[in-house]
Amino acid sequence: MHERLVGFRTLLQKEVLRFWKVSFQTVGAPVLNALLYLLIFSHVLDRHVTVYGDVAYTAFLVPGLVMMSLLQNAFANSSSSLIQSKITGNIIFVLLPPLSYREFYAAYVIASVLRGLFVGVGVLIVSFPFVDLPMAAPGWIFAFGLMGGAILGSLGVIAGIWADKFDQLAGFQNFLIMPLTMLSGVFYSIHSLPAFWQKVSHINPFFFMIDGFRYGFFGQSDVSPWLSLAVVSLCFVFLAVLTLAMLARGYKLRA
Amino acid sequence: MNPPAIRVVAASKRYGSLQALAGVDLEVAQGEFFGLLGPNGAGKTTLISALSGLARPDGGVFEIMGYNVVSDYRKARRNLGVVPQELVFDPFFSVRELLRIQSGYFGIRNNDDWIDEILENLDLTAKAGANMRMLSGGMKRRVLVAQALVHRPPVIVLDEPTAGVDVELRQGLWQFIRKLNRDGHTIVLTTHYLEEAEALCGRIAMLKSGKVVALDTTENLLRRFASHSLAVRLDRPELAAATGGVLAANGWAEFPLDRYDDLEPLLARLREAGAKILEMRVGEADLERVFVEVMSRA
Repeated sequence: MHERLVGFRTLLQKEVLRFWKVSFQTVGAPVLNALLYLLIFSHVLDRHVTVYGDVAYTAFLVPGLVMMSLLQNAFANSSSSLIQSKITGNIIFVLLPPLSYREFYAAYVIASVLRGLFVGVGVLIVSFPFVDLPMAAPGWIFAFGLMGGAILGSLGVIAGIWADKFDQLAGFQNFLIMPLTMLSGVFYSIHSLPAFWQKVSHINPFFFMIDGFRYGFFGQSDVSPWLSLAVVSLCFVFLAVLTLAMLARGYKLRA
Repeated sequence: MNPPAIRVVAASKRYGSLQALAGVDLEVAQGEFFGLLGPNGAGKTTLISALSGLARPDGGVFEIMGYNVVSDYRKARRNLGVVPQELVFDPFFSVRELLRIQSGYFGIRNNDDWIDEILENLDLTAKAGANMRMLSGGMKRRVLVAQALVHRPPVIVLDEPTAGVDVELRQGLWQFIRKLNRDGHTIVLTTHYLEEAEALCGRIAMLKSGKVVALDTTENLLRRFASHSLAVRLDRPELAAATGGVLAANGWAEFPLDRYDDLEPLLARLREAGAKILEMRVGEADLERVFVEVMSRA
């Protein structure tokens, strides 16, 4: 194997091992969280709400919860790894070797996607006893899962590099990622919203990630999955370019 | 002709209002044991950071084994091992895992034979499976040295590696570093323990406010800036000034000596002046005196 590839693969493996070694906290806990959401919301709303005509609320909810957990954990992976490494100083072990900024970016983002996928699959598995979930178009599920994880993984790299302390990272997570996720249609179809809020939802890229992801299950969605894919792809390209530019400049990493 | 292990030309770096490097020129030949000395804030760590790619210089050329650290950074970094000043570690992994990971970053797989050798030499074999959090400060410091060596770099930079390390460990560490130097590795050392630098380094650069204020072999520096001295207590102290000495408040007169050959003529001069020596001691030149002298002049 070419030595450049060995370097990249090692960083990726290390990032995967980092969350895998504490998988109780990094995979188990978010799966439990999603399960609690599922139990509570489905118990309260399942008999009262149907979506897309005849889809039960619990069935509608599960893809949203899967995607929400995937996105939040993809963000948490790269952001927490980077800020911990920066604060403890061990980031130098990644900066001293002959790794390019592209390899650095790819390793952190792919590890984030993998953690997101692990959590997402976990949530899906624990929801099986509660809901009979169709999978109308698995390709869309995979595509949006991958793109959503990559977008949040990139955002995590940006936040992890930008933040100088955990407080700032928590601000990024609580005041940006969390509201965008919660207001993206995880728990409802935007058709149930007033017209104004429907329009507002359309400027939230998270809405397109979740709506497209849900299309893969039901073959139905609030907007066309192609539109969602276009928005999500543009979003990814923008964030990838931004993150790569930060890394190329060594912003806050190479003083 | 072999390229120099390290070549720095007109290096400059500014952090806000602080000029950390102000036109540093430096060349370290392959196989040297080189000392980089200076007070805190002199620019030593900035220079090392710029060489290793941890900092981006504002100007100048930095090369490791002939490879530019910016345009040919992969080759430059593959030729350099850095032991950082701070005691940093990754708490998720054991010593062996860390060393395997570090080898992988440099493109090396199946490096266990060399890892075992490093662990043995640094007396870490028994701790190979221990998590980094469980190690003492001295052991963590040794792991940092091991991490810098996993890719067998020809140039090794040690940034204050013995700060806060006990005497036994320090000696063990220097024994190992000397062996590496004998095996052909170029060693660059920064330290505040000047006796260490004096004993180990063949050549020394002294930095102050981002500039090189002295650069020579250790022997020449000792000779140039701090000669030997003869301290005597005379029965007639007033004769000290007339014979080239300086009378201290404690009644002792000090005479500078460039070399031991100057001792006999000095004693003759004192005899001729009619001074009788009551007590006498010869002061050795040391790097601490050189350092103080150079810093006060710069």
